[in-house]
Amino acid sequence: MGPIVIVGAGQAGLQVAESLRKGGYEGALTLAGEERHPPYQRPPLSKKYLAGDFADERLYFRPLAHYAKLDVALALATRVAAIDRAGSRVLLADGTALPYEGLALTTGARVRPLPVPGGDLPGVCYLRGLDDAQRLQARLAAARRVVVIGGGFIGLEVAATARAQGCEVHVVEALERLMARVMPPLLSEFFANLHRARGVELHLATGVDAIVDTSPGLTVRLAGGAALPTDLVVAGIGVLPNQELAQAAGLDCAHGIVVDEFARTSDPRIVAAGDCTLHRNLRYARPHRLESVQNAVDQAKVAAATLLGKPQAYADLPWFWSDQYEVKLQMAGLSDGHDGYVLRGAPDPAGFSVFYFAAGRLVAVHSLNKPGDHMLARRLLASETPVTPAQAADVSFDLKTLLAA
Amino acid sequence: MPKVTFIDAKDASRTINIPVGWSLMEGAVQNDVAGILAECGGGCACATCHVIVAPEWAERLPARSPAENDLLECTAVARTATSRLSCQIPISEALDGLVVRLPERQT
Repeated sequence: MGPIVIVGAGQAGLQVAESLRKGGYEGALTLAGEERHPPYQRPPLSKKYLAGDFADERLYFRPLAHYAKLDVALALATRVAAIDRAGSRVLLADGTALPYEGLALTTGARVRPLPVPGGDLPGVCYLRGLDDAQRLQARLAAARRVVVIGGGFIGLEVAATARAQGCEVHVVEALERLMARVMPPLLSEFFANLHRARGVELHLATGVDAIVDTSPGLTVRLAGGAALPTDLVVAGIGVLPNQELAQAAGLDCAHGIVVDEFARTSDPRIVAAGDCTLHRNLRYARPHRLESVQNAVDQAKVAAATLLGKPQAYADLPWFWSDQYEVKLQMAGLSDGHDGYVLRGAPDPAGFSVFYFAAGRLVAVHSLNKPGDHMLARRLLASETPVTPAQAADVSFDLKTLLAA
Repeated sequence: MPKVTFIDAKDASRTINIPVGWSLMEGAVQNDVAGILAECGGGCACATCHVIVAPEWAERLPARSPAENDLLECTAVARTATSRLSCQIPISEALDGLVVRLPERQT
């Protein structure tokens, strides 16, 4: 069969390519990406890459020679203009047409722009891709004061990095607490205290009215009238799935390209994987859109299996992480819908975990500086091993014994 | 550049040069050494860059952090006395000639 075209050269796109070859596909394979960089790791962009002195090539998943070895046509700086489903062709912006028999959409997501006056001023930075990170890194090195808009993972990781570089840092969050979408109040409070202890000024439950050019700096005008003069604004207020190509081709889209548990779009010859999808996972009753390395990799494997004609339903356990200062936060499972939680260990930076339950069943575990708990939680959750709240809360009880049983 | 030798589960060996300051994992990935996954990109978060260090080299590496030690309990192939996560080994001139074995699998 073939040819197969993959649109989007991020982690999911690369994984589709690797899995296709590993699965025995020998036909023509094109991996097309809009960016000029070969597939690279995004997680370090808000962490060690941003801190500086980190060569770009260290971010690349594979050396360029690998793509030739894999017999993948890597088309960088290549924008796809349209999908011609009737003609089974992908149309590139330069007019080239790539015929396909199988098509994978791994188009990712883009940052949500700040919907306020001045949100597009040159001193306002976003962080998604390597080019963004390079621009932000240069500006950060020259900045004394930084205002971060958005108290989610990206904003807080940038705040931590900026503090480590000695900047004066303000974080403005519209909701009442940090990472409110994914964290219980207890952990939001823990991270608020951590950032305050490191000298970050938090403005919670605070909207932004406008960003004003007050050359040579900027001024962030907060709802309520306060003004924060600054050298740099970094906005991290979430992402939007890149679904326009799919939409224009008539594929079902909601908040994300809609795919089933086999990563199939509404056209069975087109699969999609990664941040761009609103997908089914056999573990959950309702669809999710997740922005994570785990979802990019595991869903891409499912998409490749479908293209190979050996469908395997998506049922992998979601996991995530975030690094802020010396605290590593690791999340296993999805905590939405939990009706209670217990702590394993005292909530201090030395390390502890939060075990979430829904109707008596363990659904998620958040670990802070407890990678061992995290890895164990992944095994317990993946195998749906019964764990009681009492066992989870008892640090003297070895949870590993449950797995062995 | 320091040379490092990787020996895979089938005893095939490959020697590569890794720039000082990079991690052993990064060197392996950039040289396309099969058998190092590094799903988390070097965050000491996933235990998929497991290597088994040749005994004569084990003592010459920086000590394991508690996090690395915890993660080594969760590798796909059970840890040995000289197991390490390659993302936690910074390459220095002192490691020129390092020899590590790759486990049969990482997940």
